[in-house]
Amino acid sequence: MAAFRAPPRKGENFELSADLNSEYKEKRKDAIKRVIANMTVQKDVSGLFPDVLKNMQTDDLEQKKLVYLYLMNYAKTQPELVILAVNTFVKDTDDPNPLVRALAIRTMGCLRAEKIIDYLCDPLQKCLRDENPYVRKTAALCVAKLYDLKPELVIENGFLETLQEMIADSNPMVVANTVAALTDIHIAAAAAGSNTEVFVITSAVLNKLLIALNECSEWGRVAILNALGRYETHDDRESEHICERVVPQFQHANASVVLSAIKVIMIHMRSVRSETLTKQLVRKMAPPLVTLLSNPPEVQWVALRDINLLLQKRPDILSNEMRVFFCKYNDPLYVKVEKLDIMVRLAGPNNVDALLSELKEYASEVDVDFVRRSIKAIGQTAIKIDEAAERCVNVLMELIGTRVSYVVQEGVVVMKDIFRKYPSTYEGVIPTLCANLDELDEPEAKASLIWIIGEYANKIDNADELLGIFVDSFTEESYPVQLQTLTAVVKLFLRKPDTSQDVRDRAYIYWRLLSTDPGAAKAVVLAHRPPISLPRTTVSPALLEELLGEIPSLASVYHKPEETFVGRGRIGADAIPKGGSELADDRATAQKAFQTVAAGQQAENLLNFDDPTSNDGQQPTGLAATTVLTSTPAATNLLSGTSSNPLDDLVSIFGNTGIGTNAAPPPTPGQPQTHLNAFGGLSFGGQPMSPAPPMTPSVLQAVSPPPQQQQQQGAQDDLLGLF
Amino acid sequence: MISAFFIFNQKGEVLISRLYRTDLKRSIADVFRIQVISNSDVRSPIITLGSTSFFHVRINNLYIVAVTKCNANAALVFEYCYRFIAIAKSYFGKVDEESVKNNFVLIYELIDEINDFGYPQNSEIDTLKSYITTESVMSTSIPAEESSKITTQATGAISWRRGDVKYKKNEAFVDVVETVNLSMSAKGTILRADVDGHILMRAYLSGTPECKFGLNDKLVIDKNERGIGDAVELDDCRFHQCVRLDEFDSTRTISFIPPDGEFELMKYRSTSNVKLPLRVIPTVNEIGTSQVSYVVTVKTNFSNKLSATNVVIRIPTPLNTTSVDTKVASGKAKYVPAENVVVWKVPRIQGGQEISLSATAHLTSTTHRQVWARPPIDVDFQVLMFTASGLIVRFLKVFEKSNYNSIKWVRYLTKLFIRAGYIYSTPQYDTCLLHVCICGMD
Repeated sequence: MAAFRAPPRKGENFELSADLNSEYKEKRKDAIKRVIANMTVQKDVSGLFPDVLKNMQTDDLEQKKLVYLYLMNYAKTQPELVILAVNTFVKDTDDPNPLVRALAIRTMGCLRAEKIIDYLCDPLQKCLRDENPYVRKTAALCVAKLYDLKPELVIENGFLETLQEMIADSNPMVVANTVAALTDIHIAAAAAGSNTEVFVITSAVLNKLLIALNECSEWGRVAILNALGRYETHDDRESEHICERVVPQFQHANASVVLSAIKVIMIHMRSVRSETLTKQLVRKMAPPLVTLLSNPPEVQWVALRDINLLLQKRPDILSNEMRVFFCKYNDPLYVKVEKLDIMVRLAGPNNVDALLSELKEYASEVDVDFVRRSIKAIGQTAIKIDEAAERCVNVLMELIGTRVSYVVQEGVVVMKDIFRKYPSTYEGVIPTLCANLDELDEPEAKASLIWIIGEYANKIDNADELLGIFVDSFTEESYPVQLQTLTAVVKLFLRKPDTSQDVRDRAYIYWRLLSTDPGAAKAVVLAHRPPISLPRTTVSPALLEELLGEIPSLASVYHKPEETFVGRGRIGADAIPKGGSELADDRATAQKAFQTVAAGQQAENLLNFDDPTSNDGQQPTGLAATTVLTSTPAATNLLSGTSSNPLDDLVSIFGNTGIGTNAAPPPTPGQPQTHLNAFGGLSFGGQPMSPAPPMTPSVLQAVSPPPQQQQQQGAQDDLLGLF
Repeated sequence: MISAFFIFNQKGEVLISRLYRTDLKRSIADVFRIQVISNSDVRSPIITLGSTSFFHVRINNLYIVAVTKCNANAALVFEYCYRFIAIAKSYFGKVDEESVKNNFVLIYELIDEINDFGYPQNSEIDTLKSYITTESVMSTSIPAEESSKITTQATGAISWRRGDVKYKKNEAFVDVVETVNLSMSAKGTILRADVDGHILMRAYLSGTPECKFGLNDKLVIDKNERGIGDAVELDDCRFHQCVRLDEFDSTRTISFIPPDGEFELMKYRSTSNVKLPLRVIPTVNEIGTSQVSYVVTVKTNFSNKLSATNVVIRIPTPLNTTSVDTKVASGKAKYVPAENVVVWKVPRIQGGQEISLSATAHLTSTTHRQVWARPPIDVDFQVLMFTASGLIVRFLKVFEKSNYNSIKWVRYLTKLFIRAGYIYSTPQYDTCLLHVCICGMD
């Protein structure tokens, strides 16, 4: 059969047409197969419609199915010709063979041609009452197909009422498909804005469903469980009854049945009043959840995302099962990442040692992303469990000792969070962190280390030297690093006023420039920050309840309400371009938020900068603020190549004082230059000084005391601190 | 529900395309090709673009893809994809590009039978095979009563079994296959050990037999017969859909009407009192950048009367290995360059015996040192009459109207597959964990 996929020859359709009209049966059948093969690879074979149609009337079931497959694809494009097929279809719905009857009714529902729909109603009416359950179950779904095409026909012919009756069918598969069809129509009607509920689940229906649940196929069980989830109970006894009847489904081999059963329990458990029963239900839920992890990775992933939700509602559900979430060597990354998150959620004083040795192991794996997340998880564990913090720090120090660049950087970031949570506790590790200063090349890691140095400036003998390194490369650094450097320098000054080094001088100047009230500066810069903690939930309580009622749907996997990705009214469709991985990536979101805040700050700072004095507007605007302006003397020198020392450029603002005097025209105090207008009237105290740079907003932000900036600073620290 | 179903090959060519619902165009396949197949960094099995979600499963360089436009049941969609793979395997042996191309007509027939309007339908392999066959079926050649029998079966309460099965000799084979997941500290203390068990049954029984299956399940034994032998504590069980779940839930009896032929009756987990059949102690030294030395010791942990057979140990080597010198006292060891492993085969290890291998891998110098993922060591072997969990089948009773005698065979085939990490002798890894995982045959 591989030959059917041979490359197209000239006039292939012509040849096919000849073969389709061949007098030999086998040749005709082969030709149909070739047509289907071409159709699959999206070649246009619609021109063969009449030829294929001629082969419809046959006793060969396989050939019939192939012709039907063709018809389903092209009926829409050839509506006039489809009418020729109607007779055969209608005749087939009277065939003595139930398979043929079902096939005909199944296919007719899929033909998207107006002309044929009108001929569908009578046979459908008949098939819905067929003596054979296989035909009935196929006909039930056909009603949903018809509703999709022409809802008014379904209503006119009373098919909805027929379906309602069919819920009482003796055959469980018919019941299941009826439920599926009614639910489908119910959703379609709701989406079209219909006010009437198509599928109302009454207590009579409920009993039928509960009976069919134990007997029908796995897929049918999912349909029925979905319907059970929609049922509104009248009292707690009814809820208890449903829970008791659904619990046995936890033992089903199919993960979608298990998860759907968990959904039903989560919904109806809300109105169960008996505490013993609630406890019992929660206890029974744990083993099947764990067993879901022996499924293929994709199913596991869905289960893990749902377990994550369940743990937000009931953190105790799997309290003794952390070990089963340990990553396996061959787990795909998306599974490992979810497992990490769940492990941290389940971590407690009693299992933290096992968790730490496991996380330490992961930190030596190959995938950089996974290693980073593992290190992050160690930090989260330290923040979550006070008594284990020291052990976490020890593990982190061991990891930093490996001197693997990304491990060190992530480790430094995580250590900063630990310092935030436990101030003045693990100062002993600071020298080790500082020893790795050269290894750092990522802004977040640098900013974190600078924050630590600034925070513990009074305990670090050479804090000024260390900060000096960053100060030297100030303008080359990224924005967050600049911010942190400035803050740290000021902290250094406030904490160690006796430092006689240049850093202190600079800090002193800027403090003098921007604040006449050291007390206020202290209040801002050294303010007590709110302690950080791990959020127990990642979604709001209301959304959590909604999502728990939708396990294991896409919404529950994404932890986002359905409206964000389904239907006409969907919002923020562009915000989730990459699906799960992106959604799961809180860090990216945080990063975005960070950028937004930073951008906002830039804009705001610029205003503050200009405000105090009426200025001629030569100040750089927005993001351009960080670039060197040619209007400043030093930059002009640099650009024209006249400066003898490259350090003289604006970069050297915090550089060596000695060089500063060599710089092109040193400003005379009291004779403010354009770019210094902002500081007009302030004394420089006669200190030697290189030309002031076009200051980046961050420079100001870090030391300026207005109250609204204090908040920003807080927000800034929080954002840094959280991740 | 499922709006479309596709199969792509590695290059992104569409091999099978079936639209179940009208909310999608056939060209949606191109979107998947661009977003997933041509994208080297796909980190999620579900991709949502706008309101269209693509679920994909990879097997043998094929992409099995289901597309939805609604808030679909994600677990169901993946279970459906895997069921399709299972059915395809059963029909044409393997699922790869060649078999899909060769059987595309049959595949279309199957995916239309197991899915209607996006809702999965009967997907029991045994039943499907009774009316979807590789030979063409003439509708006239099947008598009407035969086809109504088929349809009754496909929709009936026991959709997994034909009613007219007949055997001269009625037999049932039960295989207990166990998978042990184990992690040990470098000092040899066990951090975690759990068993994933499967009970496979091959039932060749006439008529509609009613079976009852008894295990040394602690919950049952505690309730009924106190003090009988060792009972095993099962953390969780999952059953084939033929098992009556409500009955298990209330009385913990396992009763069912089995499908004809082979099926997986149950899966279980156990974490208490796990007995480990084998221990693997690997020591790996990286000597500079040009050599890696290995010492791998395997110790048995069962009685002298038993033995492990067909032991195959696969020890991974770095990617830039040129040659490996191996030294073994028992069995044969050989370096397989294509797979970057040393394969060590030992036909038999008697209980109480200890064997070891020492090897040195020579590496070529590379300009930049590639990171080596240090994959785990695999050990594959069988021990008869040994279960790691201690599970025993106490009885299998068969009741049928005609009251025939049936012969029942129970095998505790513990075919195992060990995954082991290394104890690294390089300084930073000296306290590293050892992961051993023993899995079932697959």
